Amino acid sequence: MRLLTKSSPASVLVNKKVDEREAIMSYITDSFDVIVVGAGHAGVEAALAAARLGGKTLLATLSLDNVALMPCNPSIGGPAKGHLVRELDALGGQMGISADLACIQMRLLNTGKGYAVHALRGQEDKPYYHTLMKKIVEEQDNLELKQLMIDKLLVENGQVVGVEAETGEVFEAKCVILATGTYLRGRIVYGQVNYECGPNGLRSAQKLSASLLEHGVELMRFKTGTPARIDARSLDYSKMEPQYGDSEVRNFSFMSELKTREQVPCYLTYTNEETHKIIRANLHLSGMFNGMIEGVGPRYCPSIESKIVRFANKDRHQLFIEPEGRSTNEMYVQGMSSSLPAHVQLQFMQTIPGLEHCKMMRAGYAIDYDCLNPLQLKYSLEHKAISGLFSAGQSNGTSGYEEAAAQGLMAGINAMMKIQGREPLVLRRDEAYMGVLIDDLVTKGTNEPYRMMTSRAEYRLLLRQDNADLRLTEKGRQIGLVDDARYERFTNKRSAIERALSEIGKMNLAPSEENNAKLVAMGSTPLRTGTNMLDLLRRKEITYAKLQEAFALPELNDEVAEQTEIFAKYEGYIAKQRQEVERFMKLENKRLPEDMDYHAIKELSSEAAEKLDKVRPTNIGQASRISGVSPADISVLMIALELKRRREQDQ
Amino acid sequence: MAEETISAVITALGEGAVGIVRISGEHALAVGESMFKAASGKALGAYPVNTMVYGHVFDVDGSLVDEVLAVFMRGPRSYTAEDVVEIQCHGGLQSLHKILALTYAAGARPAEAGEFTKRAFLNGRIDLTQAEAVMDIIRSRSEASLKLAARQQQGQLARELRGLRSALVDVVVNLEAVIDYPEEDIEDVTYAKVQQSVDSCCTAIDKLLDHAHTGKILREGLRTAIVGKPNVGKSSLLNALLKEDRAIVSQYAGTTRDVIEEQLLLDGVPLVLADTAGIRSTDDFVEKIGVEKSRQLLQDAELVICVVDGSQGLTEEDEGILAAASGKPCVIIVNKSDLGLAVDLAALQERFGRNKVMTLSAKTLTGVEDFSAWLKNYVYGSEGTLSDGAYVQNAGLEGVVGEAGEALAEAGEAATALLPYDCIEIDVRNAIDLLGEITGDTVQDEIINEIFSRFCIGK
Repeated sequence: MRLLTKSSPASVLVNKKVDEREAIMSYITDSFDVIVVGAGHAGVEAALAAARLGGKTLLATLSLDNVALMPCNPSIGGPAKGHLVRELDALGGQMGISADLACIQMRLLNTGKGYAVHALRGQEDKPYYHTLMKKIVEEQDNLELKQLMIDKLLVENGQVVGVEAETGEVFEAKCVILATGTYLRGRIVYGQVNYECGPNGLRSAQKLSASLLEHGVELMRFKTGTPARIDARSLDYSKMEPQYGDSEVRNFSFMSELKTREQVPCYLTYTNEETHKIIRANLHLSGMFNGMIEGVGPRYCPSIESKIVRFANKDRHQLFIEPEGRSTNEMYVQGMSSSLPAHVQLQFMQTIPGLEHCKMMRAGYAIDYDCLNPLQLKYSLEHKAISGLFSAGQSNGTSGYEEAAAQGLMAGINAMMKIQGREPLVLRRDEAYMGVLIDDLVTKGTNEPYRMMTSRAEYRLLLRQDNADLRLTEKGRQIGLVDDARYERFTNKRSAIERALSEIGKMNLAPSEENNAKLVAMGSTPLRTGTNMLDLLRRKEITYAKLQEAFALPELNDEVAEQTEIFAKYEGYIAKQRQEVERFMKLENKRLPEDMDYHAIKELSSEAAEKLDKVRPTNIGQASRISGVSPADISVLMIALELKRRREQDQ
Repeated sequence: MAEETISAVITALGEGAVGIVRISGEHALAVGESMFKAASGKALGAYPVNTMVYGHVFDVDGSLVDEVLAVFMRGPRSYTAEDVVEIQCHGGLQSLHKILALTYAAGARPAEAGEFTKRAFLNGRIDLTQAEAVMDIIRSRSEASLKLAARQQQGQLARELRGLRSALVDVVVNLEAVIDYPEEDIEDVTYAKVQQSVDSCCTAIDKLLDHAHTGKILREGLRTAIVGKPNVGKSSLLNALLKEDRAIVSQYAGTTRDVIEEQLLLDGVPLVLADTAGIRSTDDFVEKIGVEKSRQLLQDAELVICVVDGSQGLTEEDEGILAAASGKPCVIIVNKSDLGLAVDLAALQERFGRNKVMTLSAKTLTGVEDFSAWLKNYVYGSEGTLSDGAYVQNAGLEGVVGEAGEALAEAGEAATALLPYDCIEIDVRNAIDLLGEITGDTVQDEIINEIFSRFCIGK
């Protein structure tokens, strides 16, 4: 199909393309730099980033009432996921700011386990989060939000040219970002009932998959699920243990200035033998066990029926009852994901303390859907074979709002980098969790919905949530997403830290009786010789606040004091990780040409040649992380690379 | 290209009286200077490049390791085109091994198979026609080392290392599960538990380093006593085995007893012969040292070679020696087979069924090869001797296990100091990676898989 050039007026009939089954007139409606298909967490970030970088952007969604919908748990953050939110925020993304505003309970998790794994987790008011995000999208310059069902991807000569909606409207674009979530051929399963549907009763996109396949895009089938929602008025709170938010007010965004927050509690309760008995008796009705569900589900959110089968010796499973927002009575039953029939779900929930008389407002369900095999993507999240096609979020086989948002931001940025003829933004494994996420996806692929975990990051002492701004704000500034206000706040913080470290590093404490008495008073041991303040701060029992008070050290704001303390206490370990990073970088800096013919290198094992040919790594380091590529293959590759270089030089 | 500094023994072990340790990379000079002290007192780097400098290598505690020649070659004018230091020492395993260990301690890492050549190529030293050959070498060496690894995997050492590694993976899996799922119903890990696991792995590693059979033989030689009454041909047997004594590599006084010991490499098997001076000079072992002393030597020996004169019947003296040796791993050599046998071999074998009885003629050399083969088999198992690079690889292997031990010691300290989980994990993970290098297990997805299979986690 030929599309008209940009100068053509919109809505001109261009083609009477006659489909075998249905005759729809296709006509060009408008042209954009970037079209984002799907307005979930990936789509919203992608569209905002593209528009903020000056691209004329279209955000297409199946329903305007579900922009940035949270169809599963009512929370954002947690280990590794909270890290992603802060990184996204440092680069100029939106999720952190909105999550701070819609937060109804904030906790800092893992406080006893080291700074690197401290993790912010916010319970979110879902309807408010959606409303907020929709407003932000609607008010964004360069951005159009439209309710559309996209049926076709339009590609010419290996280059994306636009999309076609079910109405026949054609939207031209230089880049298209797929952020289709669980909507591609989505199918809902409740017990033995199943039907084509997206989450929350929304339509699913039934035709786009076929169009993608036609263009050679490789699809996989994944599965996920969500638990029931129950009525807050029907619960007995006296039988459950309340869990409150932290008294100290914290925020995801480095820009948020919220100092107070009204918080609501969550409630902890447990399943029991009676619950398990009912589930076991009805296993044959579960979509997960009766073969109805074909997708591969994630191991980290098993349905309650899988938990009971796999961990048969556990006599109880923990559940959190979490409010979905201030303006609704719906409560989310965390830990209770199920694809059993609705009446069975209600029956077993009513065996649980506090839930004896619960009223189920929505039943839990499983959903399976099509997604892209991420091995087809480059580091920029652009498809290797289709120029201008990007993909982000659950459509890349991940799971979670935060993983989606992080990829959306990167896809939005990189689509604009391509259009502007600039280098793509690629974060390395030593720079960000976002780098780990994308490297894992495009290098190793995934065979279940991929969830970010801190254990996936090998340099996590460097990738702390407290220093996400120090790591990434400068990059966000270069890209153009960090505005003056954010940049100024960042540079002020950075220089305050440098100043503090240099000042305190010059201060020594004499072993006088007075000083030693103060040290003993703060639970530490007396000095025998004069000691540097930074060395003193290294002691486990000593905090900057204590030193500051006792010895009149410079007054620092909390963030700066925290960085100073971390620097002092972790210095040795951080140095160790930096050495590891240095080793890592040596391989990472050896670039592999895109046109490398791996099958021509006969000394490579055939498995390695095949994998290398498929992944087409950009450097030796990435090649070494591909499963099936051995250290000997890497040595061979390095020599082949050098050979190639010399042959080319000789010519 | 700033590569890591690597080191290895580049001479074939046992092939010459001189052994060479090569150090290559950015820090080669610093590594070399950390152990080498020129007799002149000047630093190695103070000499013009490519100059052979006479001096000594000292251990970290200041004790003398060996008398050596060292040379510094500045890149690109060296084999690898990087800075290179080569240290020529006596060819004995003891010195080579010690010097290699010192290079590791100073920051070098063991060179991989073919790595010097690989670097030479990558740095532009070797021409194109040789490149394909280099790739072949890497491929075939890696196959050979895979074979070695496969053999090690069936061995006691690998089994134990794998056990240790999986205990450490356990520690990490528990820590990670608690970190990634802070609100799940998972029992928290206590510092005491971490400490206990780490400490017991540390102890086990120390023990392994001391006792791994082949490792110890490679490191210290097999403590062997050759015994027999005078004139049974002990010294001629020894000379026959040694093939003109060119394999005798060093001589030193034992530190724990006042007898002379000799270290030698017998067809690839390193031996420490007790009191061989006595054996060689006078053949009057029993008279000279006396029964008590000989008992002492027998007791310390890991292998006893009993020599009897096959041309005569067994005397009382022979019986006494055989009886004393029979409690030890022992091989009975019936010598002088060329003069006809007066000893009933079948009866002898029946009496000492546990121990091998072999006939041999030190004079005509009949049976010497059989004995060598038996010895190799005794030390290395049914696969016979290890391939050429195996010694170096094993020295490297020991270095890796040692490094893992050090990482664990640091993890233990971190746990004692109640440092946060993420600090402790850095060292534990490092140890897991190091042990995995030996056992061929990689950590990539193992921990995450374990978390999911062991804990019930999720929404």
